[in-house]
Amino acid sequence: MRILVGLKQVPDDTLGLPFASGGQLASSAQHSWMLSPFDRYAIEEALRIRDATGGEVVVAHVGPDNPPSVLTEGLALGADRAVHVWDATLPSLDPLATARALAGVIRRLAPVDLILCGQRGVGEEHGQIPGLLAELLDLPQVTFVVRTELLDDHRLRVEREVECGREIWETSLPAVLSAQKGLNEPRQRSLKGVLGAKKKPIDRPGRADLALTDADLEPQLRIDAVRPIPPRGAVRMIPGDPDTQARELVRLLREEGRLP
Amino acid sequence: VNGPVLTLAEHHEGLLVRATLETLSVARELADRLNARLAAAVIGESVRHLSPDLARQGADRVFVFEGPLLAAYATEVWARAVAALIEETAPSAVILPGTTLGRDVAPRLAARFGLGLASESARFLVASDGRIRAERVVFGGRIVETVSWERRPILATLRAGAGCVRPGDPSRNAETEMRAVANQARARVVALRPMAAGSAAGPDLSEARVVVAAGRGLGAPENLRVIERLAKALGAAVGGSRAVVDAGWLDHQRQIGQTGRTVAPDLYIACGISGAVQHLAGMNASRTVVAINRDAEAPIFAAADFGLVGDVLEIAPRLSAALAEAAIEPPPGGASWKDGSA
Repeated sequence: MRILVGLKQVPDDTLGLPFASGGQLASSAQHSWMLSPFDRYAIEEALRIRDATGGEVVVAHVGPDNPPSVLTEGLALGADRAVHVWDATLPSLDPLATARALAGVIRRLAPVDLILCGQRGVGEEHGQIPGLLAELLDLPQVTFVVRTELLDDHRLRVEREVECGREIWETSLPAVLSAQKGLNEPRQRSLKGVLGAKKKPIDRPGRADLALTDADLEPQLRIDAVRPIPPRGAVRMIPGDPDTQARELVRLLREEGRLP
Repeated sequence: VNGPVLTLAEHHEGLLVRATLETLSVARELADRLNARLAAAVIGESVRHLSPDLARQGADRVFVFEGPLLAAYATEVWARAVAALIEETAPSAVILPGTTLGRDVAPRLAARFGLGLASESARFLVASDGRIRAERVVFGGRIVETVSWERRPILATLRAGAGCVRPGDPSRNAETEMRAVANQARARVVALRPMAAGSAAGPDLSEARVVVAAGRGLGAPENLRVIERLAKALGAAVGGSRAVVDAGWLDHQRQIGQTGRTVAPDLYIACGISGAVQHLAGMNASRTVVAINRDAEAPIFAAADFGLVGDVLEIAPRLSAALAEAAIEPPPGGASWKDGSA
């Protein structure tokens, strides 16, 4: 099987987001970067399926790959090769343009039996690439996947997480899956993996190789402004012993109409 | 003349889910500002009885797709149904609930029609020139991003808690029209076991107006009982931090935060949760936040309206008792009676 995993690089905002003066988000150079956490489940599942059935795992990323590189991370974890779509002539890509570029990568790699992505990139929270890809490539999709079981070369049984539980679906292959947390326990990269990653090939197709027109890359969704949300007002601390605290809290919640 | 605002009504066990009611309220408001009609699609085995509910919540037209082949949700079938309505009604906006279903369907529509899709939209703005913008909440609820579309229809999914659930207006009526989905049987994905009714314990996080969330400060999984009792006293859903889910105390679908779910209840009670930014991302749109934690320096207090420093195992049971007492006393100034009848 050939499995493609789409990767997304996101700002590591654990320590807060850098703002430039004027309330705008700081330029990308000032962020520290990481692989979107959901992508780790996608990579892990792809590696497990490959190890069970043979074939290869290709990781692909559209956009600048700031250090630490997400493609190097994917290769260090065990992917066989990587595809990087980025050059200085590309405009800033919205989710649809990104998906069109990724669809070009998948057509170029054909045949691809399975496509895996994280269910969304944390931070920007679009969560669109899996569904966009499936429609662009006319493939079935299963999102929020928490379990996979390969029935044969053409059929996959899948569990997906919904609001109040899990569903079991069966899909034909090729298909697009989006990985939800809980799908597996992602591995850590090993020293051997890190060293081996340097020898693995990275393909860098240009827009002509992917048959992308200017119209394909034109953003349909534009960001007009960005501003921080003001923090919540000052917290009211309720002192006393547990009994007093509990009674006082209930009194305040009631008086202020905060109890539904 | 603006085309209608089109929405998709999600339902569960014969009732509209809370996210649908929120979506109808936001979509109705946008339709009013555009001077447009509101159309709602409802899809399922037997769903025409939902038409009057949709009318009461603001729909002017209801499109019903019904039949035995529509008993279980299937992405492509639902997407084809909405796509057919987009072609038929030429809407100015398509607004879907930000549920797993809405987030599953919307990207297929975006790719099919080459449209921009604004996920996690919290609010819509209409400029004097008629241009529609949306405010998206991103980066863990710390940033508002204003976006606009190159062309219509605009396409969006809503963030949890984006709309208030408005009381229905029983005098409203809607035209109900039956429609059929083309190629229903052409299914590449089959649901072997769709969501079983009532399979989750207690109310679902996205339906609940009160959420009680458990953190590592509880000390041990058996102490979750204290949280469950408090949740019961409040009619609340139980959620938890990533630490508690990773430790196996709760299922992932109960995790609130960056790699879990986003909730925006009227009241959120964080019990023994320290308040990492990843957790705040999933709950900071809640209307009122109460934090209970042993550590007075815990960051959760900066994200709370009320803070109680102490042992959650001592405070939570007393809170349950105080709520039970308060429930029998007459409410202050009769305010909540008024609220109840509105």
